[in-house]
Amino acid sequence: MIGLEAVYWLMGLLLLGVAVASARDASNPRRWRTTAFWALWALTFVASSHLPHLVTGVIVLAMVLVGGVAGLGQGTRESAGRAAREASAARWGNRLFIPALVIPAVTLLGNWALKSAAIGGVHLVDPKQVTQVSLGIATLVALVVGMAMLRPPASAPVVEARRLLDAVGWAAVLPQMLAALGALFAVAGVGRVVSTLAEQWIPLGSPFVAVVTYTVGMALFTMIMGNAFAAFPVMTAGIGLPLVMVRFGGDPVVMAAVGMLSGFCGTLMTPMAANYNIVPAALLELPDKNAVIKAQVPTALLLLAANTAIMYLFVYRR
Amino acid sequence: MLTLIGVVIVVAGFALRLNPLLVVTVAGLATGLAAGLGLVGVITAFGKAFTESRYIAIVWLVLPVIGLLERAGLKERARAAIAGIPAATTGRVLMLYFAVRQVSAALGLTSLGGHAQMVRPLVAPMAEGAAENRVGPLTDETRFLIRAHAAAVDNIAVFFGEDIFIAIGSILLIKGFLEQNGVRVEAAHLALWAVPTAVCALVIHFVRLALLDRRLRRTPGAAAVGGEP
Repeated sequence: MIGLEAVYWLMGLLLLGVAVASARDASNPRRWRTTAFWALWALTFVASSHLPHLVTGVIVLAMVLVGGVAGLGQGTRESAGRAAREASAARWGNRLFIPALVIPAVTLLGNWALKSAAIGGVHLVDPKQVTQVSLGIATLVALVVGMAMLRPPASAPVVEARRLLDAVGWAAVLPQMLAALGALFAVAGVGRVVSTLAEQWIPLGSPFVAVVTYTVGMALFTMIMGNAFAAFPVMTAGIGLPLVMVRFGGDPVVMAAVGMLSGFCGTLMTPMAANYNIVPAALLELPDKNAVIKAQVPTALLLLAANTAIMYLFVYRR
Repeated sequence: MLTLIGVVIVVAGFALRLNPLLVVTVAGLATGLAAGLGLVGVITAFGKAFTESRYIAIVWLVLPVIGLLERAGLKERARAAIAGIPAATTGRVLMLYFAVRQVSAALGLTSLGGHAQMVRPLVAPMAEGAAENRVGPLTDETRFLIRAHAAAVDNIAVFFGEDIFIAIGSILLIKGFLEQNGVRVEAAHLALWAVPTAVCALVIHFVRLALLDRRLRRTPGAAAVGGEP
């Protein structure tokens, strides 16, 4: 059975290649720190399934010291100049889109085909991990298509991956760190404390106030946790079920569905949702790491108001 | 109350613009210590959670092929392709991507998009190219604004599209949580109640993209700025 472990090996190999390419680049003023950072991350992909969690924890702390305290550098060499890229673009034309579109196409195909693929009753791929495995396969297929078509030097994929990953820098690891923070919040019972506070301090006298408290609370708590899935059980157990549903007789379907979507409005406004907000800013080489959040805030606030209105209008009608 | 120290550190750290990696780590360590895990326990918990969330990073596997295609001029081609369509504007390009992304997400096809696969190599260059069609070379400021909007469209469209699909994670989470609390609901009904918000998201964001177009029309192009950063 193919599982995530195979995909993690692939990821470890890629990061190891990136580390080697970093070590060989004398144009990076922080060459060895950058090398160490990617190499340590590579190690967690290859070995963390077998290492004691304490060792992985120490590796992660070392990455934070190198990436978050000392700081990473970036090489200055560019692989192909603008003129070369434009000449190549003119030569290949729309065929350049083919390998790029292979990625979603193969991911979707894999998702659909691998879910039930089995030999002798044994699943070829663990059904729970089909999406990730499909993405891994899709990137390999796209890479093969791209290499066959463009015939670049064999080192090009790793060299180019390093260029992009250097542009993203430490932000590449942030989503994983935030997931770890969320786990610690859960262990420490942060959610419980927040909902207790909310119950004590917020006046919840009317059906309308209950709805507003629930939707705005979902958005705010999502902003703190960085994830609506973490906020939903806390806010729904603390406000949604006891007040909106039990005390004022609201419909749980409308309440829960629109409540979750109110949380998504919060996701659009917080740096804690790093993979949606901070990583793309880094990936698009924006100097302001909050630029994506700033572009989203007006829509998020209007939509939060819309959600509140939708819930108030329909939740009590049944 | 000491439990909330991590939240305080996160808010203060982001407000002071300290390195987020450092802020998050310190917040995690402080929260764990406040909960009485002990130093070894906290580091172990960190290692465990980091190990279990490695799947989040798999998206970076697309970098070799995207980098390879960029080296061969993919972004330049995306820009040129848009230059051939006179009716294209930044707002309209982004509206089209919004609609495709939201509808495909509603059908459960959430992997049809993403910042590394679609936005950086294709959508952002097309949106920039459409603006260049109109006003000539762009200032860095305008270019960054357009890119931020391209990333925003990817997020908003998928967030408010995916919940219409009944087998998506959030619908299953809601159903499971309500059942634990003794409330039985149908996944299909939950998905149905995602539709009004989805429509609102589309309308609100289309209006904002139309306003973005208006703003870009009034922005003079950069007379002396060439090249991309």
